[in-house]
Amino acid sequence: MFRITSFLFIFLQVFNALAENTIDKAPELKDIFYGESLFYAFQDKHFDAISKLDAELGQFYALDNPSLDPFNQNLNHAEFSVGSFELAYRMHQRAGRAIKAIMESSLNQKIRNEAAYRLAKIYYRKNSPGNALDILDNIQGEMAEDLRVDEIYLRAQVYISTGKFTEAIQLLKSIEKEEKYKGFVLYNLGIAHIQNDEEEKAIAALSEMGKMDSDDRGVLALKDKANLSLANRMLEKGSPELAKQYFSRVRLNGPFADRALLGMGWVNVSLGNFKKALVPWRILEKREITNESVQESMLAVPYAYGQLNYYGQAALSYGKAMDNFGSEIDRLQASIKSVREGKFLNVVLDKKAERDKNWLHNLRDLEETPETRYIMSLMASNDFQQSLQNYRDLAELRARLTYWLASLEVYVELIELRRQYYEPLLPIIEKQFKVLDARIRVRMSQRDRLDQRLKSMVIARRPDYLATAQERGIQDRLAKIDLYLSNNPKQYTAEIRQRIKRLKGVLHWQITNAYHERLTHAYKEMQTLDIYIEKLNTAYQSFVRTRQAATQSYEGYDIPIRQLKTKIQARLVKVNGVMARQGRLIEAMAVNELERRRNQLEEYQIKARFALAESYDRATKKQQKKEEEKILKQAEQERLLKEAEAQKTGDVESENIDDTVPVEEGTENSVQEAQQ
Amino acid sequence: MHKLISFFLLSMMLLAPVSLSAADVTKEQIKGLDEQVQDIKKDVIDLTAELLQLEEKLLYPSNSQFALFVSLADPENIRLDAIQIKLENKVLAYHLYTYRELEAMQKGGVQKIYTGNIKTGEHKLIISYTAKVAGGGEVKRSASYTMKKGVGPKFVEIKIGGPDAGEQGLAFKDW
Repeated sequence: MFRITSFLFIFLQVFNALAENTIDKAPELKDIFYGESLFYAFQDKHFDAISKLDAELGQFYALDNPSLDPFNQNLNHAEFSVGSFELAYRMHQRAGRAIKAIMESSLNQKIRNEAAYRLAKIYYRKNSPGNALDILDNIQGEMAEDLRVDEIYLRAQVYISTGKFTEAIQLLKSIEKEEKYKGFVLYNLGIAHIQNDEEEKAIAALSEMGKMDSDDRGVLALKDKANLSLANRMLEKGSPELAKQYFSRVRLNGPFADRALLGMGWVNVSLGNFKKALVPWRILEKREITNESVQESMLAVPYAYGQLNYYGQAALSYGKAMDNFGSEIDRLQASIKSVREGKFLNVVLDKKAERDKNWLHNLRDLEETPETRYIMSLMASNDFQQSLQNYRDLAELRARLTYWLASLEVYVELIELRRQYYEPLLPIIEKQFKVLDARIRVRMSQRDRLDQRLKSMVIARRPDYLATAQERGIQDRLAKIDLYLSNNPKQYTAEIRQRIKRLKGVLHWQITNAYHERLTHAYKEMQTLDIYIEKLNTAYQSFVRTRQAATQSYEGYDIPIRQLKTKIQARLVKVNGVMARQGRLIEAMAVNELERRRNQLEEYQIKARFALAESYDRATKKQQKKEEEKILKQAEQERLLKEAEAQKTGDVESENIDDTVPVEEGTENSVQEAQQ
Repeated sequence: MHKLISFFLLSMMLLAPVSLSAADVTKEQIKGLDEQVQDIKKDVIDLTAELLQLEEKLLYPSNSQFALFVSLADPENIRLDAIQIKLENKVLAYHLYTYRELEAMQKGGVQKIYTGNIKTGEHKLIISYTAKVAGGGEVKRSASYTMKKGVGPKFVEIKIGGPDAGEQGLAFKDW
């Protein structure tokens, strides 16, 4: 029971790693830069996505009134996104903190529930189901509809991990019909039943899973896995017939086909049918030689021949197996050397892999890395994958830091060029600007005075303000005449007084009568003037900004650039150190695995050697026995012949009867060949 | 025979996805290194934010900054192959789309295709693109847009397809 449980449980953990939920569609965008970070995230360029979104969030929170910014409408989604990108970039610590902050905020309950779900998932993935359960217990009210099933499924998984199998079974049954987790629910249900000591129910669930129809590759693999696990369990229980049924359901081209073929052979062995055992094993024998099942089949095939008394054939197969094991041991030895020389890590960082989503899987097809075929099972483990990814991430960080360091050097040059260009120019421009600035100020103050006057005329009529230049001239002349006449009263006749009065009256009439028209015109003129003033202001502002930008383009960078350079260099030292340690760890894991496989092959080789010797013995004994039988038979024939001769006293030629079994004839040849 | 079958079952256990060899390197070692890697990632991301700010200030000052973005407003019915952008009749940007870029845009990601500097005032953009449309046909389309650059930064989104698109299947949005 323990074996099958642990076997199944291992797969449960693997499935979790695959089933990570990430943002898969952008919301309605209220901020173009958020859309840009999603563009990177959807291409798995998580570093760019996080740094851009982080910068955007930083700018948003630095605003005086962030709630007025359109980004506010995407804020919740963006906060989740940054957490999700960090998760995808394997920054669980930081992602956890960001999501916890939302969970503890005063946001809408559904949003907090979603945050709780995501945080619980992080804890569960980090093998802390207890913490995950505490977080899930914080969920109150309803979940968002699109996460309802996910939450139930996660809760069931957490219950299984915390020993609450009955609760887990109840939850899994409630979502058994859901399409989203089709197959996985049944599988986990089987596990929960096993853990709950309900083997029959577990077998029923897994059996149902094993018969499931699906086009999904993940579900099909899980189906194969369920059948394989059940078959092994049946074999363990001593029910080979049932085991045979389950093995036969495993697809021949699936990831578990080799193990199923090997198992099928053993089922036939346990049924005492060695000839039938040979069928799957012979198929398996021709498959990829680095596969453990294939290597085991190389021992199993001659074993079956031996049981069928085909000792010669057995010896031949053992000999072939020994040759194969020998060359594979050499290959493994070379691989261990190659890994130790750092070649494996070089391939991990190959540029080709950057463009390949399945780079890890495709490593095994590279000619320069024969070792990868031997560490496929290791490469499938979470720890190893995580370590490889970390190593690649560190290499990417190193490349980025190196790029920035080089860029800063260029920026220093750029700044210096700008300084050389602007420094002599700016004082001249500044001088010209001051002259223009003074003139602009005078004009602006004139405009303001005019504006003030026009505004005051709305309250109190002042037609004289709107007199034309000619009218003002006439007014001045009349005033001068008045002054003259007052100094020469003799000339100031009644007629002249009358004329002056009339002229003044005409002028007054003219000014007063045209007042409204002139006021309207003045307003229009003021509006036209304002258009020019606005243009002037724009040009002025633009000039001020340009002058400021010119100054800022080379001033104030020395200290920040120096500080940034120091920071980059410090980070580079850190990255190089951790990268070296990570590389050594990966190499140690790979070498350990290769050594394990080499030791296993050496063990197989010893077994094959003993079995080969035994087969020779048996073949030789069989041969000797046959020779003896032949001699006895010949002697008997001779005796009978002599008796007949004696009886008939006539010479009769005897017939030679050869009853050698053709297989054995062949075997003798094969044995001879093998001996050679 | 029973022994042999037990051996087989044991070997099946060894073939499980979690390798025993990986366990020889302790979990603590792996976890410890992973935490260090996470710390470095955080450090480098924070540092990158500082560097990006400096770069923007140095290369694209806010008074002259100008950026163009491309998005797909109707991802179901259009598959973008290439785009060319001209400013005042001079080629500003040309881009051939990879499968992953297209996939990202189809999910709602927005591509920043150009960042640079430009004077204040009116400027004419000419956008040309080739794409495959639903039904398998290939289309080549082109449209122009006059944008007004003020004293602040200018961001223009070029939306391909969608209900707001004109005859040439393009819409523009000033951000």
